[in-house]
Amino acid sequence: MKTIFTRGPSYSIRLGIVLALAIFLFFADSKFNLFSSVRVYLNSFVSPLQYIADVPQQLSKTISQYIWTRKALQKRNFDLEKKNLALSADKQFLLQLQNENKALRSLLNSKKTFINKRMITEVIRVRSDPFKYQLLINKGKNDGVYIGQPVTSTLGLVGQISQVGNTTSRVLLIVDSSHGVPVRVRRNGLIANVHGSGDWNKLDIPFIQSTADLKVGDVLETSALGGVFPAGYPVAIVSHFAYVKGELYADASAKPIAKLDKSRYLLLLWPYKDNLKKKVDLNDAKLP
Amino acid sequence: MPSFRNYGVIYSSFFIALILSIMPLPLFLTVFRPEWLLMMLLYWTLAMPHKIGSFHAFILGLILDLLLGSTIGMHAISLPVFSYAFAINFQQIRCFSIAKTTIIVGFIVFLNQLFLYVISLSQQEIVFHGYYFLGVFTSMLIWPWFFLFMRAIRLKFNVAEKL
Repeated sequence: MKTIFTRGPSYSIRLGIVLALAIFLFFADSKFNLFSSVRVYLNSFVSPLQYIADVPQQLSKTISQYIWTRKALQKRNFDLEKKNLALSADKQFLLQLQNENKALRSLLNSKKTFINKRMITEVIRVRSDPFKYQLLINKGKNDGVYIGQPVTSTLGLVGQISQVGNTTSRVLLIVDSSHGVPVRVRRNGLIANVHGSGDWNKLDIPFIQSTADLKVGDVLETSALGGVFPAGYPVAIVSHFAYVKGELYADASAKPIAKLDKSRYLLLLWPYKDNLKKKVDLNDAKLP
Repeated sequence: MPSFRNYGVIYSSFFIALILSIMPLPLFLTVFRPEWLLMMLLYWTLAMPHKIGSFHAFILGLILDLLLGSTIGMHAISLPVFSYAFAINFQQIRCFSIAKTTIIVGFIVFLNQLFLYVISLSQQEIVFHGYYFLGVFTSMLIWPWFFLFMRAIRLKFNVAEKL
């Protein structure tokens, strides 16, 4: 039997050891990024919990799918068919344009490869850190997801993959204050950078000359500089552009085009060949 | 083996608390989410301070960090401290009325939120919304019922420390 007097210090010692360990882990992760390779296993370790927590949501979704009325379903089906028709017509046109583009590029001797691998992924709506703008998705390393992979929605760019597990990964959104995207203005090709502001509906555009040709309402699209995002995906619409007296740069901000907090399905892109190859290599290595 | 069953009850309650603390909620409710894991930890620390303490708090904090995608160590630093504060004062706190413990729990939840906020602020820029602290009030609102419920569970399964 332990007495009251022997219990006191043992608490403090235990706390001390545990705190030292926790603080070490904190700095190892935040300053030195020591966990980047172990993250896959750590995330895979907790992902069952995340799937379990998501079960009620999935259930309510399946139930709500069952209680469509016949009329609503017919209408939906009709709308989808109409949309599909329009899109397939567009696609034929796109194929022709692509061929023409290829032919022109071969004349110019400039080669550009189009890789069209993409994958639909679903957002798992479990809670995440309130101060980081990120989403959890239900695809992971097993599907070939890699860190830095661009993620878009049907409207525009959403972000990039920041953490990978075997069956889940995390998307860092473009509005997170640690995120930046190189962009160009669709109207005139002006090059800029878009930084997250830490607010859902605002992106900062730093280092824009006060005299630059930028207007409210301009669409910013990815410029493919930096080699992470493929070119041409819409990112944001300029919402504010003002000349500040005495300042070298203008005060400019933009609004993201994709509905970052509301989209349920996202698209993963594999824009570059090396990453695809890497995935294939990984799979081959696993076989024996 | 009774102690094996005791741990079964405790760990499944922690499991449920972890699930509750990441469960998807409708957007307007999500700011009201009480700090389930912290409350569960405080309850068990109060009930069995010699079994559940800093070490369990540390492991649970790590799991929560991974679940939320926070920087590893944030919750693993904060949870052991509050668990320790309860463990060294458990005899006094057990004698307090429920109203008094509710205020203490509210204060601890507030300190925890504040700590997480300050730590995140040191990592990156944050746009602060005041309703971040609404979870404190929900936690306080829920604590008395939570406490009585957990005590009923504990007595039903006869989970107790043998000294």
